[in-house]
Parts: sequence; C-alpha cells; structure tokens
Amino acid sequence: MSKAPQEHPPAIVLIAGSAGSFQAVCSLLSSLPGQLPVAVVVCIHRLKDVRHGFAESVMSRSGRQAAEPVDKEVVRSGRIYLAPANYHLYIDTGRTFSLSTEEAVNHSRPSIDLLFQSAARVYGHSMTAILLSGANQDGAIGVKAVAAVGGTVYIQDPHECEVGTMPRAAAALLGSEYVMRLAAIQAALNRTLGKRP
Amino acid sequence: MTSEELSDDDLGSIISLVRTRYGYDFSNYAHASFRRRVIRVMETSALRPNDLLTKFLLEPQYVDEFLTGVTVNVTEMFRDPGLWLFLRNSLLPEIRRQAQSFSVWHAGCSSGQEVLSMAILLRELEMDHLVQITATDIDTVILSQARAATYPAKQMEANVKNYQKAGGIGSLESYCTVEGRQVRFDQALLSRVAFRKHDLVSGGSFGKFDLIMCRNVLIYFNQKLQNQVVTDFHGSLNPGGFLAVGAKESLAWCDVANRFMVLDHDEKIFRKVRE
Repeated sequence: MSKAPQEHPPAIVLIAGSAGSFQAVCSLLSSLPGQLPVAVVVCIHRLKDVRHGFAESVMSRSGRQAAEPVDKEVVRSGRIYLAPANYHLYIDTGRTFSLSTEEAVNHSRPSIDLLFQSAARVYGHSMTAILLSGANQDGAIGVKAVAAVGGTVYIQDPHECEVGTMPRAAAALLGSEYVMRLAAIQAALNRTLGKRP
Repeated sequence: MTSEELSDDDLGSIISLVRTRYGYDFSNYAHASFRRRVIRVMETSALRPNDLLTKFLLEPQYVDEFLTGVTVNVTEMFRDPGLWLFLRNSLLPEIRRQAQSFSVWHAGCSSGQEVLSMAILLRELEMDHLVQITATDIDTVILSQARAATYPAKQMEANVKNYQKAGGIGSLESYCTVEGRQVRFDQALLSRVAFRKHDLVSGGSFGKFDLIMCRNVLIYFNQKLQNQVVTDFHGSLNPGGFLAVGAKESLAWCDVANRFMVLDHDEKIFRKVRE
C-alpha cells in the first residue's frame, strides 16, 4: 500500500498549494529541523499585484527565514525560497532558479506543474514534492512527473483540506497511495530529513 | 507532444539547425523556459521534433512563426506600477534637469505595451518633445503589433489599474478608441519612437542612450548570455545613464556590475557610474 514514501534522502523539498494551503505550509515549515539539510521551495498561488508582505507573513507564521529568489540564483541547501508572485518559477540547469512571465498555465502563475516538472528533470529522484489544499487542477501533472523520475510525492488528504479539488485531481492522476494527512506528511518528511548525516 | 517526448538531443538539434540555417542562436537561452516554449510550439501545431526539423529545412518562412512562438510576449501596460511611479516622480524629472534632450532604448519591446506606457508618461510630464525612443525586438511580427498599438479590450481593466497605481494624471481611456474587441491607441503617441529589429544575442551597438528599459527579458537567458547583454547595455549607455531591469532580475553576476550603482533596489534601476 505505501508505495509513496520511498524515502530517498532528497536534496530539495517542494511544497505547493493554492486556496486554503497557507496554514498548512506554515505548519510544515515550522516543523522542519532547525538546521535544514535541504533546500525548500514553496509555491503558493496568490494575488499577482501584491509584491510585498507575503514573505513577511510566511516568516512570522512559521518562525522561519524565507525569501523570494532572483532569476538564476543558485538553489542552496538550508534555505527556504518562496515563488514570487506573477512569475513562473523553474528549476534550471545547474540547480539554479529561472523565472518566466509566460502566460498562466491552468489559470496559474506561478504554475506548480511547471515548477515540479522542471525540478524533476534537474533533481531526478533526489527530491520530495508535497501538494496541499487548492481549488484547481494545477500540480497533478507535476506530481506525476516527480513520481516518474523516482522522487517522493505526498498529496494532502483532500478530506482534511480546506479546498480538496487540487489534491483530489492529483490523486486521481497519480494514485491514492500518495495521499496522506498533513501530520503524517510532516512525520515522513522529518524522518527522511533526519536520515541524512 | 508531452514534455517527455522532447529529449535534450532533439532540442540540441533544433537549436543547432536554427543557428546554422537562420542565424538565430538560442543555445544560451535559459534551458527550462526555452524547452517549454519549444514544446508549446510543437503542441500548437501538432508537430514532433522531426517534423519541426523538416519544416526548418523545407520552409524558410516558418522561422518567423517559430520566433513568435518561442519568444514570450505576455506583458501589460505599466507592469510593476511602483517602477513607473518612480520614473514619473524621480528619474525622468532628474533627466530633464540634466539634459535638453535624451534617448531611451526599449530592448526586447515585444508587443510594445511598455513603449506605449513610456510615451504616455512622457506626454503627461510634457517631456515627449525632448525624447527619441528606440524600441527593438528579435521578432518582426511582434514589432508590427507594437507599431499598430492595438490591444485586446479585455486587457484594459488591468492596464487601467496599473496606470492609476503608477500615478497617471488623466484617464488611460482618453488615449485610445474602442474598436470592437480591440482598443487602438493614438498613433501620435508613437511619433518619437523608432521600431527596429535587433537580436540581443548577436549584440553590437547602434547608439548611445540615457535610459535602457529591458524588463523581464534577461530571465529568458542563461547567466553567460545575461552577462554579454548587460555588457552591451553598459557600452550603449551615456555616462550617468540608467538601466531598468525586471523586478526579479539581478546584475550581481555580470562582469560590469560594479560599474553601476543601485539607484532603486526594489524597482531594479541601476545607474552607470564608470566606463
């Protein structure tokens, strides 16, 4: 049954969500080990014209430092990055961030699918992707791409989500064995992270 | 066509053929977004990688369509209103204090929304007669759209919102007429604008400017090409000239970074302080 938690030690953890995911994201971030052995990238759909204040609210709610990357910045272990509003965020060659203003995908910019797909090409199995509450279909193709390269995928249980559409769409495409409650995702993630020397 | 079906080898062959046959070099474009653009072009026309290669070999005119497809032409008027407010309140008045006339280069102007935004701003500042604007893009199809200054009416709501936040002193609607589902902006706004085809990759200088606007263009390039292009910008700026890049773009890894000072960190405006 538990095909999902393969528990490769990841080099990067991607956390994505939309409507109703903010609390879950902050809760996940605050539960992570103080000395992060990985890079963490958070991608939440949000208002495109609110450029300031988001990082601050994530930091105050989670108690963790977090910042939006600039284009072509190198992804560094130990940091928490936030996808900027009104851009797509890719992981590019050489483990760098790359931004784009291409049209919205699934009405979304940033697109979770584009982030997950691009990270899967660069990180392969050394990654964990977590999909949380949300109101559209974004992320389903993304988690499939992550699973296809052997990365670890956790989909939040739609029943406990404020809005279950997004995790439900992902589970429908990828399989219900990837679905877990947030508390279980936190435990599994920290187990994998703790495994590293 | 799905993302798995375009291998790096296929992409390499496409880049190589377009470079040798047509002189457009995409090899230093940012890999992830360029790959995605090529996939989109193939999806739109239901082409497989080999079909695309065949088209390049047999239909020379196809390259224009390809250029339009792979370059990103999504933009708004007065995108990032804070930048336009800064131009209105600080930077352009400062330029006026220093010079009788000045020149602006919009590099990678796409469908021209920022050129038009600049033209409107300069008219409201009563500086339009002092300026020469050059607007360039790699894509001639998009340049003709920019010249027409005609955009979908449905974009106006976002444009008006930006215009107001950017300190607009009139009404954006007063600069255009509605024609069905389009709005057509007053051609007189573009009377000081010269549109021309220019590929930032092949570089070269064609003048000196007091202000270069190149926003959300560098993000499509890798660091090597960003460095080359920013070096060209530095060479194309008059002493004390200004460079505005996109809100999430950085000059940090460019060789000429220390020849600029940061004028406004949030709006990413730099000033050339050394040759």
